[in-house]
Amino acid sequence: MDDSPLTPFVELRNVTFGYGDRAVLDGLNLSIPRGKVTALMGASGGGKTTVLRLIGGQQRAQQGEVLFDGQDVGTLQGPALYAARRRMGMLFQFGALFTDLSVFENVAFPLREHTDLPEALVRDIVLMKLNAVGLRGARNLMPSEVSGGMARRVALARAIALDPELVMYDEPFAGLDPISLGTAAQLIRRLNDAMGLTSIVVSHDIDETFHIADQVVVLANGKVAAQGTPAEVRASTDPLVHQFVNALADGPVRLHYPGPDVEQDFGVARGGEP
Amino acid sequence: MSWYKPADVGFAARRLLGDIGAAARLFMRLLALAGPAFRRFGLVRDQVHFLGNYSLAIIAVSGLFVGFVLALQGYYILQRYGSAEALGMMVALSLLRELGPVVTALLFAGRAGTSLTAEIGLMRAGEQLSAMEMMAVDPVRRILAPRFWAGIIVLPLLTAIFNAVGIMGGWGVGVLMIGIDPGSFWSQMQGGVDVWQDVGNGVVKSVVFGFTVTFVALLQGYNARPTPEGVSRATTRTVVMASLAVLALDLVLTAMMFSI
Repeated sequence: MDDSPLTPFVELRNVTFGYGDRAVLDGLNLSIPRGKVTALMGASGGGKTTVLRLIGGQQRAQQGEVLFDGQDVGTLQGPALYAARRRMGMLFQFGALFTDLSVFENVAFPLREHTDLPEALVRDIVLMKLNAVGLRGARNLMPSEVSGGMARRVALARAIALDPELVMYDEPFAGLDPISLGTAAQLIRRLNDAMGLTSIVVSHDIDETFHIADQVVVLANGKVAAQGTPAEVRASTDPLVHQFVNALADGPVRLHYPGPDVEQDFGVARGGEP
Repeated sequence: MSWYKPADVGFAARRLLGDIGAAARLFMRLLALAGPAFRRFGLVRDQVHFLGNYSLAIIAVSGLFVGFVLALQGYYILQRYGSAEALGMMVALSLLRELGPVVTALLFAGRAGTSLTAEIGLMRAGEQLSAMEMMAVDPVRRILAPRFWAGIIVLPLLTAIFNAVGIMGGWGVGVLMIGIDPGSFWSQMQGGVDVWQDVGNGVVKSVVFGFTVTFVALLQGYNARPTPEGVSRATTRTVVMASLAVLALDLVLTAMMFSI
């Protein structure tokens, strides 16, 4: 295994993927450097979450390779796939906590499933992970009793319970209030540096994401539209990236959903009285 | 979808065969996971408690009512032939051979099957099953298998309780209300019920129904579309499909038992 920071930890080579007739990814090439926070941005339905699912092996690319530390995830089966997944953590959009287990048991879940650690050690590890996300005091609450932001931090503690090398965040900021949002963003950055992780953050939130990311990738039409440091992407002259970064209503991505002309729909003839 | 277009018919047939194949594969996996499920018996035990304990009240009350009605109707028929003291035997045979397993399975589908379907459907909708897969934990092994084997343990036990309570109900109406001689009530029952022929067949039925109802409930939940509408439809389908499967299998099993 080559641990030099120059070899990408995750690499997508010429990946094509679609649902039915609709192509989501079309010959995508992407590399995620080791030890960095990479932000994956783009319009809704642009295939960002699909990229995470491909890396996690939950979907298989129709063409191309998805390399995780040199292994093609798309060809892994059964135990080999599970072995690769034990090295990843994933944070789902709304946390996906197990609703029948308490906060403590949620974080303990991967430990109990994958290790035979004595109960005292499980307790210590769980409280350490909960402490890292600031929720050591919330250990006895049920998922229905915690707020959206807290639920996501619990899910983060659960995702890092087995000390993964890669953590993937699916929309970690969606629907959070400004305080929770700032907390979540700082947490992602801090954990990445403290634990030597590689992080992939899928997000729409430009300010917060640009603030914490080392590398930003903008996806559009199934390809990479822009890639670079936050400053480089912000300065991009590509009209699509410009529209996205500056949150303009109309541009290459149209405001209006394709349909009949305004004239046709409202029964007004072009240029005068009917 | 129109029945006269060969392409549509072919598509529907292929999808149906695909669904049956996927269901059969899941069933075989659940059977194969018996070992791992029972090695972590705590998970099965929790589900036995959940499925059994919460179905107990409805099973006991229904058993009592069915026993009452059986005794009333049975007395009406038997006293025409002057053999009202055979009421105990009639109540016991009806319950053990037929009504016990079938009615318990139908009630179990409505009470426990729906909650299994909804629970697993909501776990899918809330991405909990995906999260589990990403933690390298197989949801079929961790979630489905313990519930499957718990259902198979629970249904025969519930059937036994249903039968016992039903016989007590029959005794209440027959002996206490109508005034049949208690000695002949019990001795006719004792003489007329065979352990292998009657009790054994009832147990076989309830085990088969346990497989059927639990599997249908788990399959519907696992394949539910991850939306509120999808989960509610899956819950409805569980009741409809499990009930029909129980009644159809009951016919098959009864026919087989008479031919042996």
